[in-house]
Amino acid sequence: MLILIFKRIGFMVITMLIVSMLLFLLLEFDKEGVAVRVLGPYSSEEQRAIWLEDNGYNDPLYVRYFSWLGRFASGDFGESVRFKVPVSEVMWPRLWNTAILGFWVFAVMIPLSLALGILAGMREGSKLDRSISVLSIITTSVPEFASAVLFSALFVFSLQWLPGTSSMMDGFDFKQLILPVLVLVVYDFGYVARMTRASMAEVMTTQYIRTAVLKGLPYNQVILKHALRNALIAPFTVIMLQVNWLLCGVIVVEFFFAYKGFGALLLEASLNKDIFLIEACAMVAVFVAVATQTLADIGYTYLNPRIRFS
Amino acid sequence: MTNASVATSPPATGYGAALVRALRSFTLLRESWVGMIGAAIVLFWVGVAISAPVLSPFDPNATVMPLQKPGAEHVGGGTFWLGTDHLGRDILSRIIWGSRTVLYYAPLATFTAYAVGIVMGLAAGYHRGWVDDVLSRISDIILSFPVLVLYIVIIATIGASGVNIVIAITFASGPGIMRIVRGLVLDLRNRDYVAAAQTRGEGSWRIMLVEILPNARGPLIVDACLRMGYVIITIGVLGFLGLGLPPPDPDWGGMINETRQMAMAFPHMTVYPCLAISSLILGFNLLADGVREISLRD
Amino acid sequence: MASRSEGPVLEIKDLNISYYTRAGEIPAVIDFSLSVQRGETIGLVGESGCGKSTVAMAIMNYMGANGGIKSGEILFKGRDIVRMTGDELRRIRGSEISMIYQEPFAALNPSLTVANQLMEVPLVHEAIGRQEAYARAVQMLTDVRLPDPERIMKAYPHQLSGGQQQRVVIAMGLLSNPDLLLLDEPTTALDVTVEAGIVKLIAEISRKFGTAQIYISHNLGLILETCDRVFVMYSGEVVEEGTINSLFTWPRHPYTHGLFGCIPLPTANKNAAPLQPIRGQLPLPHERPRGCNFGPRCDYFVGGHCDAGKVAMEYVSDAHDSDHRVRCARFRDIDHSAYLKPKNVREAAEVGENVLEVRDMQKYYELRDASIGAMISGKGVTYVKANEALSFSARRGETVAIVGESGCGKSTFAKVLMGLETATGGEIRHEGRDIGNVSVHDRTPEQLASLQMVFQNPSDTLNPSHTIGHQISRVIKKFGVETDKNKIHERVMALLDTVKLPRDFYFRRPRQLSGGQKQRIGIARAFAGNPSMVIADEPVSALDVSVAAAVTELLMDIQREHRTTLLFISHDLSVVRYLADRVVVMYLGQIVERGSTEEIFDPPYHPYTEALLSAVPIADPEVTKREIVLEGNLPSVTNPPAGCPFVTRCPRRQGAICEQQRPPVQLVSEGHAIACHIPLDELRAVEPVIRVPSEDERAHA
Repeated sequence: MLILIFKRIGFMVITMLIVSMLLFLLLEFDKEGVAVRVLGPYSSEEQRAIWLEDNGYNDPLYVRYFSWLGRFASGDFGESVRFKVPVSEVMWPRLWNTAILGFWVFAVMIPLSLALGILAGMREGSKLDRSISVLSIITTSVPEFASAVLFSALFVFSLQWLPGTSSMMDGFDFKQLILPVLVLVVYDFGYVARMTRASMAEVMTTQYIRTAVLKGLPYNQVILKHALRNALIAPFTVIMLQVNWLLCGVIVVEFFFAYKGFGALLLEASLNKDIFLIEACAMVAVFVAVATQTLADIGYTYLNPRIRFS
Repeated sequence: MTNASVATSPPATGYGAALVRALRSFTLLRESWVGMIGAAIVLFWVGVAISAPVLSPFDPNATVMPLQKPGAEHVGGGTFWLGTDHLGRDILSRIIWGSRTVLYYAPLATFTAYAVGIVMGLAAGYHRGWVDDVLSRISDIILSFPVLVLYIVIIATIGASGVNIVIAITFASGPGIMRIVRGLVLDLRNRDYVAAAQTRGEGSWRIMLVEILPNARGPLIVDACLRMGYVIITIGVLGFLGLGLPPPDPDWGGMINETRQMAMAFPHMTVYPCLAISSLILGFNLLADGVREISLRD
Repeated sequence: MASRSEGPVLEIKDLNISYYTRAGEIPAVIDFSLSVQRGETIGLVGESGCGKSTVAMAIMNYMGANGGIKSGEILFKGRDIVRMTGDELRRIRGSEISMIYQEPFAALNPSLTVANQLMEVPLVHEAIGRQEAYARAVQMLTDVRLPDPERIMKAYPHQLSGGQQQRVVIAMGLLSNPDLLLLDEPTTALDVTVEAGIVKLIAEISRKFGTAQIYISHNLGLILETCDRVFVMYSGEVVEEGTINSLFTWPRHPYTHGLFGCIPLPTANKNAAPLQPIRGQLPLPHERPRGCNFGPRCDYFVGGHCDAGKVAMEYVSDAHDSDHRVRCARFRDIDHSAYLKPKNVREAAEVGENVLEVRDMQKYYELRDASIGAMISGKGVTYVKANEALSFSARRGETVAIVGESGCGKSTFAKVLMGLETATGGEIRHEGRDIGNVSVHDRTPEQLASLQMVFQNPSDTLNPSHTIGHQISRVIKKFGVETDKNKIHERVMALLDTVKLPRDFYFRRPRQLSGGQKQRIGIARAFAGNPSMVIADEPVSALDVSVAAAVTELLMDIQREHRTTLLFISHDLSVVRYLADRVVVMYLGQIVERGSTEEIFDPPYHPYTEALLSAVPIADPEVTKREIVLEGNLPSVTNPPAGCPFVTRCPRRQGAICEQQRPPVQLVSEGHAIACHIPLDELRAVEPVIRVPSEDERAHA
């Protein structure tokens, strides 16, 4: 078990290294390009040459990569071209905002999707099962940008219940959080619910459930003790992997609702070719994604005694 | 005798028969009303895309009359059934022509992603060993990226164009397809009929393509339908974020992006493209569900 | 209402069960009646689809979403289970009626410990505390003869072997001391020597606890060993019932006769007394004929009489046992002794020169341990010795059987022979050329064609995506037997004739074929290139008895006609005894004994052969066996014993020498070799395990 954890963490480190290498090559291989982006298109040839010399860009590529990696690992991400401040000063507050958004999405989505999935999977083929399945297909078919438009049209334009933007200009406002959370939950709960349903339905057809019923156990005990324990292993992984998806979803939602989050920052950085900010944001995004995947793997192994004791 | 001679030439029947069977299994959809609705929606949009020149009342890029509400009459004759946008272009015409864009790029990107994913998956699953290790590691690393971050970084670096979108989608979803194919192949390669093919000296590509791949088609068709939905979403999101196809040609995601600032005052400009894209995705998702239901039945 | 002490534990009256599918209502069990007395064991026997498992599920009133009890009563201690409420059912299930399942691994919850799964039975049914429940569970594990019950209690199911898992399931069933135990093929998923232990345990239970049992099996031999009364089912109906002795000695239904004719009993012989397969196929449930369901397959069928209407169960009043009933309109007109006379007697095939010679062949698999611990200790690579020093030969036209239980390495050997794996040492000469190290990619088409294989699993042997015709013609083309399209087609048709299938199967797909038909196509495919040798890896083990008999006979007919060498891989000594000329017995990757069939089945035996012979159930009440039950589990191939592979389970262990030294190969005669430390004279002194009475000694004579 311990060996497995080390293995997973080792793999995570390797992944991060390769990703950093790719990212570095993609964005900084062409050093002239870097200079143009940092100093602007109207800078002179001379200015750029001086800048490149000053910042060590005339060293061989691998030396540049390792010094870049060293600075990165110590938390020095460079200076944002657009904001003219160190990247970390812009990025961490934005990440915190996104974490708040993510927390609420998960707090609503997990109980909702697990409950629906279990209810549907308990009696496969029942009316309830079919309704939940069709509902979740419909909600997962409306992409976030579309549901953001549709919900805004309904709650902001027609009913005028909620604010249309969530920039939180005057401090934290829970009302402004409702629409972004709603949009993200509606798109994603269906997927998790369907996975839970499939897992639950499969477990319900296994022979050990038949054994439990024919032992004379009460129905609730069959479900709670025998079925759920096995049926929730797969959804656990799926839920952990939703963090990866959430990182995509927040880009759209934050952009639409002008929420000052990490996703919007990453998008802005890309559109403005704010090179060091892109690097930092991408690395953080990949780190979050890979770290949750590692946790998901380790958790899966822990939940599954067949692997835990082999 | 003619039938027999057809049946004895394997490459022709291998795929010819597979096509006939695919069509025949399509008629099986009758048994799943969910699948039927999905197929109907998809076929509707395919029909719209094909007959766009006939159906669309206006030139999609022509500035006619700005900011018209749905149902408004055009002075020069004709009705703006869904209104016009801020530049005065007819929204219905743009949606009709936009279906061409999405139904051209989405299948193309799905197909190339499948071509890459199937080849990688077959090679990894059938040969195992270092081939599998290398391919699996590569795909693990690509898959550890949040997809949209990957798209944004790629498109921001190589620029936004139709071809680049196809390349980005292939790059990002090829590994996922590879994983599915690999999993199926790992199961199928241990079947006795594969051993039988090996013991009569068949080459490995023939075994992969003729003996193994046809038996993986069920789950792959379901996945392809779902993936079409995701690809349509991706194209839409990229358009919405301003990283999609360059204007002025109509693209549903781009339409939403261009008009979303005015959504509060003129919701029709954004709502109709949203409904269009959602319905097409819904069509593919329902189709996938129907196909899965039927394939599980026998 | 019957009182508790008297009357049957279970009484089923005129039970009718149907399944409701999209195709409509399908009757699964028709007019089923049975009663079980306290302490009695009833056997239900029949081939797949006969409805025997449905009966068991109906007794539990657990029919699933699409099954339903249409009419009839199931009286358990006088109360009708069919009309019970959910709560009443729940109280009976697991406490008064328990069930033992076919696949113990699937029946146990993978994520709960054994303790957890055992203790909940008394906890839910009786008002006792956890401590008492724990003590009861430990006691019960001891009663089912599991060593170290405390350790088993803490284990998860996957940490136990198949035999141990089944003992846990049995313990679970007995924890609340039920009145009735249902056993649904409880040993089918287990190896023979493990099965023997479970069968012995089941017999003990009924003696010790007085539990009434219903034992469901497809294996007549097992029914004979465990039951008091037997019900033979065919296509949803009971066709014959009686006491074990009466039914096995004087069967009266043509189907029962047919079943006995399909089983390779010790009296059967491939030349002098071949198997008599039942012709035709089991009717599909919605295509059952009018009148007797067996009519279309019966030699005594008389139109207008047998298909006139429903045939009722009748007492066989003239028989040796008054409690024997049969569902046959003509059982009084049938000459029952005619079934005992051998038919289709054949000449023994002529044996030619050596076709295959295996010398000191070994196959090791590398097992790489990439963990950090292994890297530090330097034990990164361990070897799995799948085959160790195999030596034997096979001659033209001969049938050589390789016998052993799972994990003995017989399938690995087949893979090496076919070139799917290559040997790590020694040599395999086929028609003079060494093929042990030649992988399938490097073999010439002639080499490939001359060595072909028939696979085990009918559902896997044919590619579901291609037509039968395509699959066979591909082989013909690939081997270059014919090149012209018309000639290839003719050859496919000829092969279909050879395996006795209609020519229009050419256009069929595998899913339109039954298991037996698929195996026939598999045989046709193997013989398409006129091979000099065919390897058959358990070709009939997945088939029903009557189908298996037909496929076995077909395989031998073709072999005889082509003078092919047949390497028959099997776990079933009865089949091997019937069809093999010579036998190789394997255990844990090594040959423990080899010799001619007669030599193997008579002393001297290797102790493992002896145990294996004793373990195989024989469906003949007059055959007597010496009982040898092996203790313990099969050791893991990754960690085999240092000395004799069989030492951990051997009842004749000699001591340290067996544990430390490889046993010497002792030659009994030329061709008969035993790898054992025990001196040959001592091995010769044992009694034969199986004793078959002569014709004159038999009761029916």
